[in-house]
Amino acid sequence: MSEAAGTIEAEKSRDIRKRWLLSLPALLIILVAASGPLLIVLVYSFLTPGPYGDVQWLPSLEGWINVVLEKDIFDGTFSLADAHVSIFVRSVMLSLVTTVLTLLVGFPTAYFIATRPEKTRELWLLLITIPFWTNLLIRTFAILEVIRNEGLINGLLLKFGLIARPIQMLFTDGAILTGMVYVYLPLMVLPLYASMEKLDFRLVEAGYDLYATPFKVLRKIIIPLVKPGIIAGSILVFIPALGAYVTPSILGGGKNLMLGNLIELQFGQGRNWPLGSALSITLMLIVMVALLAYVRNAGSQGSRHG
Amino acid sequence: MEALWSPSAKPKRRGQQLHARLSVPHMAELNAVEIRNVSKVFGFGEFAFAAVDEASVSIRQNEFFTLLGPSGCGKTTLLRLIAGFEYPTSGEILLNGEDIAAMPPFKRPINTVFQSYALFPHMTVAENIGFGLTMLGKPKQDIKDRVAAMLKLVRMEALAGRRTSQISGGQQQRVALARALAPQPKVLLLDEPLSALDYKLRKDMQIELKRLQAETGITFIFVTHDQEEALTMSDRIAVMSSGKILQVGNPREIYDAPTDRFVADFIGETNFLKGRINSVSGGIADVETPVAGRISATVPQDFKADGEVTVVLRPEHALLCPPDQPPACQMTGTLENVVYFGTDTHYHVRLSDGETLFTLREQNKPLQGARFTQGDRVGIALEANAARVLRN
Repeated sequence: MSEAAGTIEAEKSRDIRKRWLLSLPALLIILVAASGPLLIVLVYSFLTPGPYGDVQWLPSLEGWINVVLEKDIFDGTFSLADAHVSIFVRSVMLSLVTTVLTLLVGFPTAYFIATRPEKTRELWLLLITIPFWTNLLIRTFAILEVIRNEGLINGLLLKFGLIARPIQMLFTDGAILTGMVYVYLPLMVLPLYASMEKLDFRLVEAGYDLYATPFKVLRKIIIPLVKPGIIAGSILVFIPALGAYVTPSILGGGKNLMLGNLIELQFGQGRNWPLGSALSITLMLIVMVALLAYVRNAGSQGSRHG
Repeated sequence: MEALWSPSAKPKRRGQQLHARLSVPHMAELNAVEIRNVSKVFGFGEFAFAAVDEASVSIRQNEFFTLLGPSGCGKTTLLRLIAGFEYPTSGEILLNGEDIAAMPPFKRPINTVFQSYALFPHMTVAENIGFGLTMLGKPKQDIKDRVAAMLKLVRMEALAGRRTSQISGGQQQRVALARALAPQPKVLLLDEPLSALDYKLRKDMQIELKRLQAETGITFIFVTHDQEEALTMSDRIAVMSSGKILQVGNPREIYDAPTDRFVADFIGETNFLKGRINSVSGGIADVETPVAGRISATVPQDFKADGEVTVVLRPEHALLCPPDQPPACQMTGTLENVVYFGTDTHYHVRLSDGETLFTLREQNKPLQGARFTQGDRVGIALEANAARVLRN
């Protein structure tokens, strides 16, 4: 009896060991590729910057203080780091505007695809994803070629005598926005399409039947029903937009920095790794807070609507 | 209920829903819906397909009108043309005398009960019912009162706050009805609304629909492929096939006096016998048939043709009898099949020409077994006035 129980015990523990062994790859990836680096960043943010980059293993809060405060190099007093704060605000604003613009452009696009005959939908989706096949850098430089002072648009406008001098489009917030909307549009269209494809268009007809004008049908029926797609698309666009680096650095030039560029600066010319680490974690916190607020808001609406 | 419909008071039913501006002297004669030579063609060139083909029909005020036909006959397309979800390729659609063929659906005072119900999943039962009124911009209190009245009308008061996903199919059906009736449409369109319900529930809803139509006085246009449903519920029926309207009439006319082979075949079971007209007098033709000898058959009104004709006979208008007993037993044949149906028994008889399979239906009497068994030689006697000549 007890012998049998012992065998079962042994069997069980062997089984458990086997399961751990099977999940080892996943655990390794989570530890080594996700949690580990994050932990390093967290630790570095509490250390002292080394003279030539890197860090010195002396605990310090300087990195965190420098996120929002600036130490005067002469009298050592602290004042608000206007540059950092304005970059934070700019980044959040630009990302929000990017999200709204991709939504405005992506919504009709997704609706168009979802209302095509089933056979041709895949072709349209393919066309939407084709830009993904090209390197981000190349796509960004392509936009640069179009909007720079000697570029396509200014060239044509000058040629037809519509303007006397080139319009400054490059190195403006408008240029950054154009680039980001272009780059992140597929991330908005795909989840939107996924929920629109599931939309029962008989409900749209029912709306028309019940005296709803096309605009009312959009507002009262289509938008509430594709809300999951709108939320998913907005999250997918907002998060990478907030940390965008390539697009703002090429199209925004040196002076229109976003958070991604500021962080890069600390690890490069700034030689202030603790500050860079602290900024990175701040960025993550902003994303987390934004996400929580968004999900909570959407969740409460969801329970009201369905 | 009286108060519910009071804005358009009950007694003056005929013409009550007419627009004020259409107050022509003979307004009582205006049809609720008039379809004039309407065609709907899908596709182009060699792929062109007429879902509705030169259809013309008038639907009267306060009528329970049914479009009946097999799937793909164009009945749903015709309904969608009336609703405004499709626009006709040619022809006119008149609502109380006004051409609405080009009017968008949200401007037509017509509501639809969809086959799938199409209830809004993100709204409650009450919000669904109030949707049309909200879109019409009615005052909040009016909407509230009206929704309450509609909930009462379809006996769903207890479930007002439920999600549409939390109620049964039959209840969804009632909500769909209430939602379409709430804005007091001039015409209510019903697209096979009972097809998803089980037999018992369907029977209940048939009675319910008749009650609602009587109580509201709204013109109902009902689409179905179920001939029994059409016969039991309708004031008049239009039978459709391949986009064409073949015959319009009340249920008795459609069943007893089909003028078209398709109508005779689609509505109930029918036997077809080929024959040749000898003479016609007083609406009765003397037809010589190879299998049944001479038959007296009613001819359709203003029927001129003679020569080769088809005679139709309903299975319940014939009786089995012992063979070789002329003159009552006009036909003889071999009993091929006996099918017991509970209330009645169906007999399939191969007639003496060896080709025609004749179907009879006899009501079962208490404690009486089958009078004949498979393989028996039997005679068939026809009831008087049972046979009819088809127009084509």
